[in-house]
Amino acid sequence: MPPPAVDIQGVAHRYGEHQALRDVTLQVGPEALYGLLGPNGSGKTTLFRILSTLLPPTGGQAEIFGMDVTQHPDAVRDRIGVVFQEPALDETLTVRENLQFQGALYGLHGAALHTRIDALLHHLHVADRADDAVEDLSGGLRRRADLARGLLHRPDLLLLDEPTAGLDPAARRTFWNAVRRLRDAEGTTLLLATHLMDEAERCDRVGILSDGALVANGRPEALKADLGEETIWVATESPRLLRDHIEAQFGVATRIVGATLQVAPADPPAFLPALYDAVGDRIQSATLRRPTLEDVFMVHAGVAPGDDREHALARTAEPSD
Amino acid sequence: MHALRTVGALTAREILKFVRDRSRVIGALAQPLALWLLLGLGFQGTFQPPQGAAGGYGAFLFPGILALVLLFTAIFSTISIVEERTSGFLQGVLVAPTPRTALVFGTTLGGTLIATVQALLFLGALPLVNLSPGWLGVGMVVAICLLTGLAFTALGFAIAWQMDTTRGFHAIMNLFLLPLWFLSGAMFPAEGAAPILRVFVWANPVSYAVSGLRHGLHGFADPAATLAGPAVCLAVTAGFAGLMLALAVWEVRRPFFRP
Repeated sequence: MPPPAVDIQGVAHRYGEHQALRDVTLQVGPEALYGLLGPNGSGKTTLFRILSTLLPPTGGQAEIFGMDVTQHPDAVRDRIGVVFQEPALDETLTVRENLQFQGALYGLHGAALHTRIDALLHHLHVADRADDAVEDLSGGLRRRADLARGLLHRPDLLLLDEPTAGLDPAARRTFWNAVRRLRDAEGTTLLLATHLMDEAERCDRVGILSDGALVANGRPEALKADLGEETIWVATESPRLLRDHIEAQFGVATRIVGATLQVAPADPPAFLPALYDAVGDRIQSATLRRPTLEDVFMVHAGVAPGDDREHALARTAEPSD
Repeated sequence: MHALRTVGALTAREILKFVRDRSRVIGALAQPLALWLLLGLGFQGTFQPPQGAAGGYGAFLFPGILALVLLFTAIFSTISIVEERTSGFLQGVLVAPTPRTALVFGTTLGGTLIATVQALLFLGALPLVNLSPGWLGVGMVVAICLLTGLAFTALGFAIAWQMDTTRGFHAIMNLFLLPLWFLSGAMFPAEGAAPILRVFVWANPVSYAVSGLRHGLHGFADPAATLAGPAVCLAVTAGFAGLMLALAVWEVRRPFFRP
């Protein structure tokens, strides 16, 4: 059996006093799209630096296709492509010049490189701007040109660190369509770091990082299903008081999730009026819905009301970041 | 072979960037030209050349101005490293399976060629100062230009690699780039200076570059105000370049993100 694309065993990292990663263990199978979801400062970027061979971890070990990232960095670099938070393009050069430069770094040249550049730019819909300087391109085009840079040498694993940061919704959709076309064409394994839940929803599997620890890991549907089906979500100023009250009066299962209270009666739609009758004055709003990945994050990260991680994840990106 | 390809690509990139940025081309030439004209014409009547020296202050200052063009063009060709190291472009190079030493050699080679071409453009003013170096003399000038360019792009690389902001880079440069030039025998002959200054001039590697340029520009006619013979000037400049390259290579091979 071939080794997994990514195999992380008990990786820890500490910058001076700050513990950025704590005992992270996870595997990513080949040809999967794995999403690492977490707010800023949760350790995603540190983990990416370790996997891209730029930072040796202070504990544990990480392997890419069975090769240790600190012992065989060059062998690992051959197999991975990395798309950073900022496009790694020279703005004064044209897209094509940037890709030719990138090709030289991987020992590619001549007709093979030309064909590859043309094919990628065509796939990513950048072909008609190939000879424009990068500084003249829109944010979305730059990101797609940078994606072409990361994919130029046909890596088996592509690391994407918040690749759509700063893009508007339309540009993000175009970016993801391009990623999907390339996955279909080349079967690349993707590891995505994001703090956007709708991006995490696209993934085959999701790992949730909170404060440097991997607190959940599984298929998005499975993680959400663990929190139950359709339930009532109550926004209130005093979730603990309300929980005690509801449990005493109705004997219904409840759970505090961040600043909201999840109430799981047998028949939620029928229960809603009764709930309002009993404690309506303490309810700011009550919604009937299925759990989201944000709820999963809140439950597993143990986020308490008023915690600054409470709104750390975004449902979607703001129109202009 | 692979490493050479990387060096070639990085060198070509430096040159393309420089040529596309017209303000950099003009700025790197106009400033030293203005300084040369102002000082040369300003001191024309008062400057006493050391015994045996031909020409006025303009001719005396000429090798020093070449050195100034070299120092500034070479060092400031590396300023983009500060931003590219933090923003992503250079991280893209570091995650590629290519030796980091190639990053140093490609970048410094590009900066060196730019600085040398800029300095050589200045040779167009030679007839104005009545200097005739001859082909061998021009060869000497080219050799000193290449070695000095290499030394200062490597030094700039080593400093830029440590900096988080271009402001910090400018601050460090201003701290010692101009003093290095002032104390190189470029503006005044070392023999006539106060003894304490003379010590600084002798200890300053740039002095040997300026002396080497003097030898070349005067066609090895044993010009005044030189610290040592042509061979020693070449050797000191080459040694300095080697030292700076070693410093840059040592730095770039350390882990990229410090724990």
